[in-house]
Amino acid sequence: MMLTLTGIDCFYGNVQVLRGVSLQVAAGEVLCLLGRNGAGKTTTLRAIMGLVRPRAGRILLDDIELTALPPHEIPRHGVAYVPQGRRLFSELTVEENLTIGLMARERGRATLDRVIGLFPALMERRRQIAGTLSGGEQEMLSIARALCLEPRVLLLDEPTEGLMPSMIATILATVKALKSEGVATILVEQRVESALHVADRVTFLENGATRETATPTELHADPSLLHRYVGVGLRGP
Amino acid sequence: MSLGPNLLLALLEGTLAAFVLAVTALGLSLVFGVMRVVNVAHGEFFMLGAVLAWAFSQVIPGMPAAGFLLALIGSPIVVGAVAVAVDRAVLRRLGYEPEATIIATIGLLYVVQQLVLTFYGPTARPVVAPISFRVLFPWFGYSGYKLIVMAASAALLIATWFTLMRTRIGLVMRATQFDRETAQAFGIPVDRVYSMIFALGAMLACVAGVLVVPIQQAHYLMGLDPLLLSFIVVILGGLGSLRGTVVAAFVIGLSDGIISVFFSPTLAKILATLLVALVLVFKPTGLFGARGR
Repeated sequence: MMLTLTGIDCFYGNVQVLRGVSLQVAAGEVLCLLGRNGAGKTTTLRAIMGLVRPRAGRILLDDIELTALPPHEIPRHGVAYVPQGRRLFSELTVEENLTIGLMARERGRATLDRVIGLFPALMERRRQIAGTLSGGEQEMLSIARALCLEPRVLLLDEPTEGLMPSMIATILATVKALKSEGVATILVEQRVESALHVADRVTFLENGATRETATPTELHADPSLLHRYVGVGLRGP
Repeated sequence: MSLGPNLLLALLEGTLAAFVLAVTALGLSLVFGVMRVVNVAHGEFFMLGAVLAWAFSQVIPGMPAAGFLLALIGSPIVVGAVAVAVDRAVLRRLGYEPEATIIATIGLLYVVQQLVLTFYGPTARPVVAPISFRVLFPWFGYSGYKLIVMAASAALLIATWFTLMRTRIGLVMRATQFDRETAQAFGIPVDRVYSMIFALGAMLACVAGVLVVPIQQAHYLMGLDPLLLSFIVVILGGLGSLRGTVVAAFVIGLSDGIISVFFSPTLAKILATLLVALVLVFKPTGLFGARGR
């Protein structure tokens, strides 16, 4: 397994938000986290990035213990984060946003060209202020910025939120392309159809704890877990 | 003297005041913009610059130019080190909470002031200007050193702008300003950036202090005026806008110079504060205040 979380407990102040979260992702695998609002999906990703410090448990990237590292060291080991709401450096230009991504692991021109190749629209807008891009372009930039790290592990927090269908398709296609390059991906997604479309496995979270894990095939055959943890059924096959 | 020469003198004095104020206030603006810390002790870094300049000038007696050059290099290094120590020992431990850091920097203001009073004393001491030539206008002679202060300040403003806008470290600082947490998620050591910004802000005030000491004398209470004027300028220019800070420094500095020469310095202060009040009423974000996107 490339990334392993074991028994993670996290608190905001005195409120416990994660209770013994355990999960694993392998190289070239897409793990999808599903659960209701407040189930702890975003906090799990933030814990991996070191932005909330777990009070218990371990996070291992291969044999590197991420929980022992200061937060800014974690991306340098190849963990890239696409936060919810994109969190671009909105006053900086597109190019400057990408430069920040490249600097994290000292990547250069070749990496940038590869990333721009995935999202050619960003090239034309590279001198534009990031905050003035359309929603879809901002999401592309947020993903592109993360890919500038040439990540081994990619954490995506609701990347399709508020986007039009053609853009959602582009983003899901990108996730699949990265999978074939051996990137381990954790995807937090509200849209169950999108999730099942790209995921290899789905782990359900409830009240800050990891519950069942299932494959999309199993969930198509028996959607009862979806009813229980997300409260929705499946539309069509 | 008739109106023309008087106006020229007023403009020169106003420009000098504006440049020194711009350098000082830029430090305050930078620290507030990136760290959201209102540094009430900012004026003390200005004062430390002046007092240290006097101390360094004593190291090489009889050679004012060499002593001053030493001060220009040595004082910012000392003050930068003090600022880093303050950031690590105090501000970081407070988690950069806005209210807590205001109280802490008020404390720092008194600590620095009293330490200087204890070891340097209550007297105002002059430092000889490194050069003594005068520029002769038909109506009056003007200190060549003051012109050099203007040039040096302009160079500092440009250097700061260049660092922020055109270098990698500047990009890192701006990214930290806009989104601290995301910066961290992209490998930026936010703690170190904060120390650097706090040191840079303090060093700007310090250099301004070194530059004015041949004009003003070094005194342990001299930090108050630059602090108040810096606050006025930062608020007038718009919180977090460096361009606004520099523009506002010129508005305040020039009007202060001109009104002081033709009317009185008190009227100049009254009008400056009135201007701030009016700007806050009609444009609460200041002249160049950034709107959230």
